[in-house]
Amino acid sequence: MYQYDHFDQEFVDQRVTQFRDQVRRRLTGELSEDEFKPLRLTNGLYLQLHAYMLRVAIPYGTLSAVQMRMLAHIARRYDRGYGHFTTRQNIQFNWIRLEDAPDALADLASVQMHALQTSGNVIRNTTADQWAGVALDEIEDPRIWCEIIRQWSSLHPEFSFLPRKFKIAVTGSPNDRAAVRVHDIGLRMHKNAAGEIGFEVIVGGGLGRTPLIGKTIAPFLPKQHLLSYLEAIMRVYNQAGRRDNIYKARIKILVHEIGVEEMRRRVELEWEGLRDGRLQLDASVVADIEQRFARPVYEKLPADSAEVALLRFKDKAFGRWMRANVVPHLQPGYAIVNISLKPEGEPPGDASAAQMDAIADLADAHSLGEIRVTHAQNLVLPHVKITDLPAIFARLQHIGLAADNIGQVGDIIACPGLDFCALANARSIPVAQRISRHFADAKLGAEIGDLQIKISGCINACGHHHVGHIGILGVDKHGEEFYQITLGGSAENAASIGTIVGPAVAYEDVVGAVDNIVRTYLDTRNADERFLDTVRRVGISPFKERLYAAA
Amino acid sequence: MAKPASSNTRAVTANRLRDGAVVFRTVTGGWSSRIADAETASSETDAARLLAQAERDAATAVVVGPYLIDVAEIGGELRPTSLRERIRAYGPTTPMAGVEAVPYL
Amino acid sequence: MPLLKNGRISEESWQPVGDEAPLPSDGAIVISFARFKAEPDRLAGRNAALGVRLKNTDDVRALADHVGRLGLIVLEFPKYTDGRAYSQARILREELGYTGELRAAGNVLLDQLLFMQRCGFDAFELARPDAELVWRKAVSTFAVFHQPTGDGRATILEQRRNALFEQRAQATWSGTAG
Ligand code: SF4
Repeated sequence: MYQYDHFDQEFVDQRVTQFRDQVRRRLTGELSEDEFKPLRLTNGLYLQLHAYMLRVAIPYGTLSAVQMRMLAHIARRYDRGYGHFTTRQNIQFNWIRLEDAPDALADLASVQMHALQTSGNVIRNTTADQWAGVALDEIEDPRIWCEIIRQWSSLHPEFSFLPRKFKIAVTGSPNDRAAVRVHDIGLRMHKNAAGEIGFEVIVGGGLGRTPLIGKTIAPFLPKQHLLSYLEAIMRVYNQAGRRDNIYKARIKILVHEIGVEEMRRRVELEWEGLRDGRLQLDASVVADIEQRFARPVYEKLPADSAEVALLRFKDKAFGRWMRANVVPHLQPGYAIVNISLKPEGEPPGDASAAQMDAIADLADAHSLGEIRVTHAQNLVLPHVKITDLPAIFARLQHIGLAADNIGQVGDIIACPGLDFCALANARSIPVAQRISRHFADAKLGAEIGDLQIKISGCINACGHHHVGHIGILGVDKHGEEFYQITLGGSAENAASIGTIVGPAVAYEDVVGAVDNIVRTYLDTRNADERFLDTVRRVGISPFKERLYAAA
Repeated sequence: MAKPASSNTRAVTANRLRDGAVVFRTVTGGWSSRIADAETASSETDAARLLAQAERDAATAVVVGPYLIDVAEIGGELRPTSLRERIRAYGPTTPMAGVEAVPYL
Repeated sequence: MPLLKNGRISEESWQPVGDEAPLPSDGAIVISFARFKAEPDRLAGRNAALGVRLKNTDDVRALADHVGRLGLIVLEFPKYTDGRAYSQARILREELGYTGELRAAGNVLLDQLLFMQRCGFDAFELARPDAELVWRKAVSTFAVFHQPTGDGRATILEQRRNALFEQRAQATWSGTAG
């Protein structure tokens, strides 16, 4: 966990004071809504359907037990007792009062949290692999670089009024779990021929109305130049990005229109003047930040536990949970525990204050006080002794969070949709709940295996539907909710955008359609073939034919 | 979906500035969180007048973003005709953790 | 338009001259970037202060050879949400070394003053009687800053590095002394 120094603390404290004054000026009418809106947005405060929504940053998805308890407190004190974890590794509170927002932010600042860069046309919270620092395949922990980017981008004076929002993701592993190819900028850490670690810089990826896979603009950027190179990209975008049409304002459109070669030329031109300047990263400063991450201290443990292995066999429920939710840790005798926030039939990503507190306690007792948030809207206990797994499972069962469905059909990603979001065309959460309930009743989850369903309530694609193995997009047809279904999307290494399977289906028919698609897969797959691989092998025709045959 | 019988009946809705709550412009010129209290307008002129009054409250920092919605009498009660506005008026269609289920339709 | 310059409410001393209007023979004038490019010789012959007003789509690097003889550059914020002029300002100050007055015109709001100042603006079209107060408040909202810009403020990273150097120096010094 990164520990603030007095500079970091002073900065977030001053930010709270500034916002308190802005809210005061708004409430007295000194500021109009037009003037206030961008100010509240850059403090993570949206006005949604029912109330203000506060989006709190969880930088690169890492948080401490102390911070988790504070989120529970915010939920109880200022909201209705729960929070919603998002696909951007943040948390949203749906029922915040404007009058309370400065107090909520002050409480958050007391545990080194803030809502900076969570909204507005700015560089947003940088995301990373949720297993950063503990994944077996990691080359280097990406969070140090996310933290450096977080600091550099916070209230950047030049880039606070960009054409559109801007998202950066970093992965430190060859297996990309941060979806770097569908971000405005993706950074992939890798080793060059000389054995040095640097960044592949990918630019112009994104979902939304025009889904595009990002292009490599620099194959290997030495670490010390990271910020100057990012600044060069941002400057080109700030000046040349389109501002005439909100749907064409993301950097992907600029890259698409001028081509990656021209983009590179312009960026290099800017970079020339910046490269050797004050943005160059000093090794001692990087080391200082790294050191403030206070690496976990592990015990020397045997790699396996015979007892746990036996229990796995004897207790079927525990065994299923182990298989689906627990993954190997780089430290012998430890494991990574994924906590599914997708109990069957429940809204994806929600946690009650009581559950947050319970997870904080679990983290203190069994995970060196650390928790992660994933883009799949789940939580992670990243440093768990294998011998503690049975106790954790029992506790999770007790608080209703022992669903053994990570990566399976029940592990649905869904944006808030029309139940909360002012921009939505259609609901997402009830669709997810129905699908989840349907497959839970059919007890098909493990049989189907690896299947990611992703649902967005509108083309803004917060539910990342384009990269769902099955993607579901809510559309509005003459005031009725309809859902467009795509197949074969993926955000992993070989990223792909899903293909639309056919005409959109009505709200009532979504579960039937997904069931139909899954059954086609079960009948078509080769032994052990994943859903995504079957779609890639046979294409969408067999799915399409069977889905629309009845109609 | 229920449609108003003749020409559209409209009401004005907005979010209250200090807490964001969904509110409706009332007959007495105030704002209520109950749609039953809403003043309705059945002509274009009345609707425009209603909205103009509401916009004054937006200018004086009482509410944010007032706009007209279609409403209809359904089962003896005034209800918004669109799903979006029904969700605003009655709350999310799905009970969330920690939230009491709100009556919906 | 009332003017806030270096934190003080100031009188306008520059006269705007339209693209078609005749050039006055003396006095400080501001002309458009288009006219500036079109009439280099006549402007050079004029022996008085010269200012240029740019649109936020103009390439400021075209001024590279001229910044030394410009006393005023006006950059525009057609809407406060349109942030292109922030980049123009930094290029002018930090890359081209422009040292004259850099003025923000258009939709200039007090909550943007600090960003503008950090990017190099020192004059603002701000129609508020309390502009001086507002300015003092805006520039003192934060005492710590992350980004190195041309405003002369040390960044947090730089302050951390200095602290590390000091620590090291002290360690060395006490090492030799003891
Ligand atoms: S995808 Fe659309 S409906 Fe869903 S949260 Fe984003 S903006 Fe709202």
